[in-house]
Amino acid sequence: MNRTVRIWLFAIGALAIGTCLVIAFVGMPSFGSTFHPYRDMAIRAAVHHATANAVGSVNFDQRSLDTLGEEIILLASVVGVAALLRPAGDERESGPSPHARVLEPTRLLGYVMLPLVLVIGADVVTHGHVTPGGGFQGGVVVASGVHLLYVAGSYRALERLRPIPLFEAGEALGAAAFACIGIVGVVSASAFLLNTIGQGSFGGLFSAGTIPLLNGAVGLEVASGIIVLIAKFLDQAILLGGRGP
Amino acid sequence: MSIYGYLVAGALLLMGSAGIVASRNLVHSVVCLAVAQAGTYVLLLSVGYQRHSPAPVFGSTSAPTKRVVDPVVQAMCLTDIVVSATITSLLLALAIQIAKRHRTINPDELGALRG
Repeated sequence: MNRTVRIWLFAIGALAIGTCLVIAFVGMPSFGSTFHPYRDMAIRAAVHHATANAVGSVNFDQRSLDTLGEEIILLASVVGVAALLRPAGDERESGPSPHARVLEPTRLLGYVMLPLVLVIGADVVTHGHVTPGGGFQGGVVVASGVHLLYVAGSYRALERLRPIPLFEAGEALGAAAFACIGIVGVVSASAFLLNTIGQGSFGGLFSAGTIPLLNGAVGLEVASGIIVLIAKFLDQAILLGGRGP
Repeated sequence: MSIYGYLVAGALLLMGSAGIVASRNLVHSVVCLAVAQAGTYVLLLSVGYQRHSPAPVFGSTSAPTKRVVDPVVQAMCLTDIVVSATITSLLLALAIQIAKRHRTINPDELGALRG
């Protein structure tokens, strides 16, 4: 299709969708109002299961089956990227350029921040049920932290720090652990992913039943998944580099 | 204005879509898709917003109360962000493959199918 025709066609469609959206927005409860019926029910359910972080309660208790699906989406996308980015028959790994130079302050900052960011990531995962955070957020923090080693200039050190087969196994283990915790709900009570084990005291580290366990499983899966994902892209850029257009 | 937040969400959706339609570079169109998806985050968070209310996270100093913003849409927004990140990574991997096979990432030059 011609470019001009395409843009005009889009303009007509965008105008129609924009008009529909504005009509819908005018009929919605006004922005910032006090009318939130789902909020009231979700907060009641969170307090009932001694979960201080209501968002975590929605994700890992009230809608935990959706979170299992979300985890499977993440797993599937990592598998998809790994399949798409495997080295083709005519590609050979050349190794990173030995001439790469990094500024000393960048190197220092990378090495100082690496342990700090890993600890912060672990903290975000383990306290996901009492403070803002959780498995997804903490997992991404951990995965980013590992790559500070690459920013600090040593791709070989990064490769030693993150053996890919280990993290591929970690990702599968995280997804399996989530499902197993769900099955515990079936065995001990009546429903898959039911939050049954001891709830503990509100706001304590050992509270909210299965939510911290699920956060840990998700944290393991997300951290491993993102590390594998970035590794695939880095391999394309560094080891096979210079072949694209 | 009582629908300001929703209008921002709609504008982001349309701007991102316009970017995809007018794109001359596949990486650019992936980023435009991320912009369009950012509209859904703004919409969800606007739906859950309540004026002068804190985040729905309680502790020893803040007793549980219902005067907080809606945690349900915040949780959905988290799901949304995860899905957006996975889609972005898959599309970028596809763009790399297209660049390798066709030696171009301009969608207008990708006319023919090739095995």
